[in-house]
Amino acid sequence: MAIIEIFNLTKKFKDTEALKGITLEIEEGEVFSLLGPNGAGKTTLISILTSILKPTSGTARVNGFDIIKQPLEVRKSIGIVFQEPSLDELLTAYENLYLHSMLYNMPKDKARKRILDMLNTVGLYDRKDHIVRTFSGGMKRRLEIARGLLHTPKVLFLDEPTLGLDPLSRRTIWDYIKKVKKEENTTIILTTHYMEEAESLSDRLSIINKGEIIELDSPENLKKKLGDEILKIKGEIDSEKIKKLNFIKNIVFKDGYFIITSKEITQNLSEILKYVKPKDIEFKKTSLEDVFLNITGKKIEELDEE
Amino acid sequence: MKNNIQIKGIKAIIMRELIVFKREKERLISSIISPLLFLFVIGRSLNQDTVIAGQKYQVFIFPGIIAMNILFTSIRYGLYLIWDKRFDFLKEVLVAPISRTSLFLGKALGGVSGAMIEMFIILIIGHFFVVKLGFFQILGVIAVSFLSSFMIVSIGLSIGGVMKTMEGFGLVMSFVTWPMFFFSNALFEIKSASSLIRIISTINPFTYCVDILRKITMNYSVFPVYLSVINLLLWTFILSFITIKIFEKIDIQK
Repeated sequence: MAIIEIFNLTKKFKDTEALKGITLEIEEGEVFSLLGPNGAGKTTLISILTSILKPTSGTARVNGFDIIKQPLEVRKSIGIVFQEPSLDELLTAYENLYLHSMLYNMPKDKARKRILDMLNTVGLYDRKDHIVRTFSGGMKRRLEIARGLLHTPKVLFLDEPTLGLDPLSRRTIWDYIKKVKKEENTTIILTTHYMEEAESLSDRLSIINKGEIIELDSPENLKKKLGDEILKIKGEIDSEKIKKLNFIKNIVFKDGYFIITSKEITQNLSEILKYVKPKDIEFKKTSLEDVFLNITGKKIEELDEE
Repeated sequence: MKNNIQIKGIKAIIMRELIVFKREKERLISSIISPLLFLFVIGRSLNQDTVIAGQKYQVFIFPGIIAMNILFTSIRYGLYLIWDKRFDFLKEVLVAPISRTSLFLGKALGGVSGAMIEMFIILIIGHFFVVKLGFFQILGVIAVSFLSSFMIVSIGLSIGGVMKTMEGFGLVMSFVTWPMFFFSNALFEIKSASSLIRIISTINPFTYCVDILRKITMNYSVFPVYLSVINLLLWTFILSFITIKIFEKIDIQK
């Protein structure tokens, strides 16, 4: 069953078209990633789905409620972790969660128990009476995740959940996201521009660029589509001949290298090498980064700078 | 969504403000120092006769100083909203399932609570060092302070809701807070002022806060009390309405 249905959603700001007609269904219980560079429209899409921002045209339903006509119902069904921290730094961890429970009208007794459970889940039980200002970036993120899940929402939105965190904290957050997915059975929608994050967490992911979804599938399928293995060759090469080989999926030229994608390079390496006078060769398994590069023609960091 | 009022959500916001108030003692101390300086330095130095026979100047300005504290604290409180908008709790509240009317009521009552605590401290100091007050006088001062504070917090919150950065803070102090204070009867008798000042003071809602407080503490007022009360209620209503409209337009800033 689709927990989120998006119908031809567009959003125009003064002179830019942030979203150009997005249609999408997100299934209950899945982790769905929006992967794309800065300015792709990820945050705009999330803001609209959480009823914070009004779309220019089109609409969406979250947990069966229309985001334009029933924003209050939508808000009760969702939890949000923003890109920038939105915790009250002057309050303790417990106080932050307690106020949240009041804002979402949770019964007092139920709230108390749930707060302690959630603090436990994200490993902050011991710090519950500490002022949030004293927390590290990773701890704040974890507390925000706990807060986002406190009122047992159907959908949890995570906008760049690990942006600005060090690699270790990032991994810890991933572990917690996997854990809450299992324990809470919440649908999780996250935006990211870290390939590894999208790959390690998502059941399905969509690559979004310039306000459009350009690819949508599971990470495995995306990689399979491209070919499981990649060969990078520098040197003289007869690309026309190679293109004609039946196990070859694609060949492109970038940064002085021919990049050949194929289903079974290992078995057919000698075949390829017939047409090559290599100066440098690199061989690897396909990663999500390669998929991205293949689809957009650029690395995500390059698109960030545009 | 617009006209719903969520009591529990309002309570949450008030509670937050009180916790912050309790924790940030510097705010409390810094905002009661200047009223006390006015009361004890200016109040005692300008030892002239006042319009009311036999009353010292210090006693005359005492209600004005109580009102002054409410004015400054309430406006500044409203401006903290800019801070909230950029960082912490407000974003969480803006996406919560509560209406903007509830957000306004929570914020306003939170600010009023803080102002009332400060007011009470000054009232007690005044009671022992300036003029003895009876039980009903104190109750009266509390009631009027509550209403005045609600009105002025609304002004502060509407400015805070519109302004984008804290840089405008000084401007607001120069063009709103100080003029409201000086173009009123807080420090002088309005009847003896020049006609221009008198006209501006009559428009200024703050004048009526002071006038009622003076009526309660020393049984002297320029305007009839009922007129001042109606005036205050009307202003409170209008300002609340405007501020709720402004709150409905607040977006989450990226």
